[in-house]
Amino acid sequence: MSATTIAPGPVKDAAVALALGRRRRRADRIVRALCLGATLLGLAFLASILLTLTWRGFEAMSLRVFTMVTAPPGSEGGLLNAIVGSLIQALMGTAIGTPIGMLVGTYLAEYARGSKLGNAVRFVSDILLSAPSILIGLFVYQLMVLPFGGFSGWAGVAALAIIVIPIVVRTTEDMLQLIPNTLREAVIGLGAPKWRMIVLVCWRAAMSGIITGVLLAVARVAGETAPLLFTSLGNNAWSTDLSKPMSSLPVTIYSFAGSPFEDWIALAWAGALLITLGVLGLNILARSLLRSRI
Amino acid sequence: MGDLIFEWACKGAGLFVLVLLGAIIVELFIAGLPAFRAFGLAFITSTDWDPVQEAFGAGVSIYGTLVTSVLAILLAVPLAFGVAFFLTELAPPWMRRPVGTAVELLAAVPSIIYGMWGFFIIAPAFGTYIQPTIIDTVGELPLIGALFQGPPFGTGLFTAAFILAIMILPFIAATMRDVFEQVPPVYKESAYGLGATTWEVMKGVVLPYTRISVVGGVMLGLGRALGETMAVTFVIGNANRISSSLFGPGNTIASLVALEFGESEIGSLKLASLLALGFILFVLSFIVLAISRWLLRSRLKA
Repeated sequence: MSATTIAPGPVKDAAVALALGRRRRRADRIVRALCLGATLLGLAFLASILLTLTWRGFEAMSLRVFTMVTAPPGSEGGLLNAIVGSLIQALMGTAIGTPIGMLVGTYLAEYARGSKLGNAVRFVSDILLSAPSILIGLFVYQLMVLPFGGFSGWAGVAALAIIVIPIVVRTTEDMLQLIPNTLREAVIGLGAPKWRMIVLVCWRAAMSGIITGVLLAVARVAGETAPLLFTSLGNNAWSTDLSKPMSSLPVTIYSFAGSPFEDWIALAWAGALLITLGVLGLNILARSLLRSRI
Repeated sequence: MGDLIFEWACKGAGLFVLVLLGAIIVELFIAGLPAFRAFGLAFITSTDWDPVQEAFGAGVSIYGTLVTSVLAILLAVPLAFGVAFFLTELAPPWMRRPVGTAVELLAAVPSIIYGMWGFFIIAPAFGTYIQPTIIDTVGELPLIGALFQGPPFGTGLFTAAFILAIMILPFIAATMRDVFEQVPPVYKESAYGLGATTWEVMKGVVLPYTRISVVGGVMLGLGRALGETMAVTFVIGNANRISSSLFGPGNTIASLVALEFGESEIGSLKLASLLALGFILFVLSFIVLAISRWLLRSRLKA
């Protein structure tokens, strides 16, 4: 199909043929240059974000960011409660979401290949993977905040767990599908029940891939803001009690960055640098884990 | 015995995910029901948002959501195509992995960081340099000029769309790169053998072969753009009216919910309206993401 568009019929005149060749090569060069430009532009955006964060973040970084809790503008304050709150919620959310996600991924890869129910579950999980996270926040608000009379760390954990599930489902299923069937047949041939085959052989073979998925999930929920706005809300005092409102780094950054106070904005930059370093670090770690295996 | 328990644990978890999505839709619909009852179907088109008069409508935020998302797609698709083309055909092999990883890291940067960057770096730059230039040139043109007029605030629909474009760029580029790599080399080699240039091979062989999946990747980006919250909230300008210019302020469904939720009382009509907006956003994203997944089904099977 392309041959006709490239050379419209045999060209007898050498001058015409040369002109055509020049035009085609010129078009090729222009497109190549534009594509290089697009890539450089994409990299420039990343560089601009990272440079801005480094510059503004390091300017505001000091020991008290890690040792003091958030304080009213004008008085000495840090981000300790936000950092701890973020860690607790992200880790708890991952701890709850990961087993569920692994079971679903196992169901899809080992029990429901090609079945109708399996296809429906896979479809729904993929939708959840890209669904707006703010709606998950609204859902948990309706489900846990309204009935139990207030914002709580648990509600935040639940919202983050819902976000973790589809990420772990995706990687678990993908990794299990990479395992050759001969391995499964060998285990079954030894007389092992199917669940032992899955737990002792398939999961173990897919472990580094699944860990990659879990790391990516931690990275994703650590930066989530929207679902926490309506669930754990934020807390300016030191609190590790999950039944009370709990502070988190993204929500604190959101409220500080939008404030008119210089010292709060500076703290927001410090928090932004911390969270980006953490998230990008986890991403790079996850990628290198996966690469070393393949 | 152990087999049965394990199989049902897995199946139960699968059913849980099904029920979860169903519960989100039903819960948002029920919570938004008072608003649908009070305003009827006109809620979707009404451009009112007046907490004092208790008159609420989704028109402005649906308009903002669609305009910013579609504009973001228009900006992001050419860039994403350029990145994918560069990474699959043009870049020397040693460069592909680091550059590809860097572009994918753009997807990992949290939304709130894009918001701060957009608010403190991009919006001032737009307001001082880029918008005045566009207003003085494109804004003078007949017909489309009206879209680029008004004071250069820096924030607004156009800035929000610009930030969204950068955020969805890696998703579209990654899908395009994956499908471009799946084109059988024989096809490309045949075209090269006929004397085609790299661009002609892309245009004549690779794109026709992958166009369905490419559209699927674009829809995936659109689905992401529709529901993006924090980055948009920072730069959209927060105004509940439709402005004729793209440089004017506005609101998207997600940004309106994020901004106004805290000021709504439990049981109020405003809260119900915000939840009804959430329901509408869910339906919108569900449709777009379902189409995307359907278009990408051949890639998923491979």
